[in-house]
Amino acid sequence: MAMISIEKVSKTYKGSTRPALDAVSIEIETGDFVFLVGASGSGKSSLLRMMLREDVPSKGSIFVLGENLISIPARRVPYFRRNIGMVFQDFRLLPNKTVAQNVAFCLEVIGKSPSFIAEAVPAVLKLVGLDGKQDRYPNELSGGEQQRVALARAIVNKPQLLLADEPTGNLDPATSQEIVNLLERISAAGTTVVMATHDRGIVDRLKRRVVVLKDGQIVSDSRGVGYETAEAAR
Amino acid sequence: MKLGYIFGEVGQGLKRNISMVVSIVLVTFLSLTFVGTAALLQLQIGQMKNYWYDRAQVAVYLCSSYSPAEACPQGEASADVKTAIEAKLKDSTLAPYVEKYFFLDHNQAYAQFKQEFANNSVTKYVTADQLNETFWVKLKNPADGAIITQSFSGVAGVEEVRDQRTYLDQIFSILNAASLAAVGIASVMLFSAILLISTTIRQSAFSRRRELGIMRLVGASNFYIQLPFVIEGVVAAAIGSILAGGAVLAIVQFFVQGYLAATLPFTNFVGLSTGLVLVPILFAIGVFLAGFASIIAIKRYLRA
Ligand SMILES: Nc1ncnc2c1ncn2[C@@H]1O[C@H](COP(=O)(O)OP(=O)(O)OP(=O)(O)O)[C@@H](O)[C@H]1O
Ligand SMILES: [Mg+2]
Repeated sequence: MAMISIEKVSKTYKGSTRPALDAVSIEIETGDFVFLVGASGSGKSSLLRMMLREDVPSKGSIFVLGENLISIPARRVPYFRRNIGMVFQDFRLLPNKTVAQNVAFCLEVIGKSPSFIAEAVPAVLKLVGLDGKQDRYPNELSGGEQQRVALARAIVNKPQLLLADEPTGNLDPATSQEIVNLLERISAAGTTVVMATHDRGIVDRLKRRVVVLKDGQIVSDSRGVGYETAEAAR
Repeated sequence: MKLGYIFGEVGQGLKRNISMVVSIVLVTFLSLTFVGTAALLQLQIGQMKNYWYDRAQVAVYLCSSYSPAEACPQGEASADVKTAIEAKLKDSTLAPYVEKYFFLDHNQAYAQFKQEFANNSVTKYVTADQLNETFWVKLKNPADGAIITQSFSGVAGVEEVRDQRTYLDQIFSILNAASLAAVGIASVMLFSAILLISTTIRQSAFSRRRELGIMRLVGASNFYIQLPFVIEGVVAAAIGSILAGGAVLAIVQFFVQGYLAATLPFTNFVGLSTGLVLVPILFAIGVFLAGFASIIAIKRYLRA
């Protein structure tokens, strides 16, 4: 079974008449690296939120990691999420915790042992290039560094699926490229990556699968082409 | 599950909401003290009922020469009247209910009266023939007083039949009303304690909303997320409950035993052992209500 299997998913938020997602169908295989592109408000974040079951569709069916996210019981949701890493558009770091504590926090709260945490946190900080900054607070970091902390937190538990919502938003091209290089390494290690982005340059350079959303609908789904080509292909 | 994390969170929560926590402690303390006092009063009533009902008797007062003419047109009860009453008490209709009875003539009644009012100047103005001759009837079951009352009321030569139990019932119903009032006040206070705990927990959760959001998204179990809040509410209420237990013991020791027992030496008052039984009960009530209120509050907060 595919890692993610979405069929005719629609989502209309309360108080809105236009659906944020409109009969979206998509399959993502294990190990895939997928870009979600589209204008602001086209439904990228909404789709990622459905995959993490932060929200449920109004219509349609969605399977992620073998779980039926429409019928999954509430008490199983936490365990489902432990297999998924999520990088948010707005980082969501805890301002009163240091870099290392921010990363350690998400391991502590799922009951990992102190010895595991003591090993995993420095390792992942090194991987994202934050060694030496583990005792800084988020407000003492640049945007790119905060983004790396968010990424470190998402991957520290070695998730099977990494969902990244504009992980390069507001970063300069060089820093963006570093973040993307990291994502490629994570993908190469076997993690499935779904990344929402506006960054044409990155999409063009990587030549991966590109899914284009427009007004909540998938208007193109192509492999190995750039942003422009994908847009034009519809 | 890391206990260090949980207790760290609880400690932070308690510190952050110190004024709310203090008010939870105070409200639980006061409400449970009321509950405890009401319980003491109920136990006291029970104890006194046992004691006094056992001793309650029905008095059949015979007419004396001082009795009002409406009740005793014939004046002083004759010897025939006394024999008739005694016969009726021994008769098969009444005998099964009567445990024993005895008769006090004027002089015996006077002797008893003097004893009862030993330090009272009223004894100087009362003479033996003013006091009614009386049949004191002790029943097997003190609740059967009405049978005697009905049998002898209005009988010629009987001025009045009085069941002591009806006096006791009055006293006990007043005490009962007092303890019910205490329970009523306590319930209102417990209710406000519950609301206060819910508000505090919600506030505590709100001030930790970033952490909570992240915990949920990285897959912390609901139990793990909710536990610190529940412990927070329970700890605050537990402190209040312990204080209430202490207050109840103090009431027993200093007010009941120290003051009441000294003032009313012939009454059997509740003792410390009774108070000690109440302490764990109050604690359990406080902890249970707080746990319940906290769980509901945090679950509702997280669902919203
Ligand atoms: N919680 C919400 N309640 C109501 N409407 C929402 C909510 N979240 C998103 N929307 C609406 O749904 C639509 C899709 O939003 P979404 O955040 O998925 O877009 P996006 O593609 O991620 O945009 P961006 O590139 O700006 O992040 C928008 O019209 C948005 O206003
Ligand atoms: Mg978005």
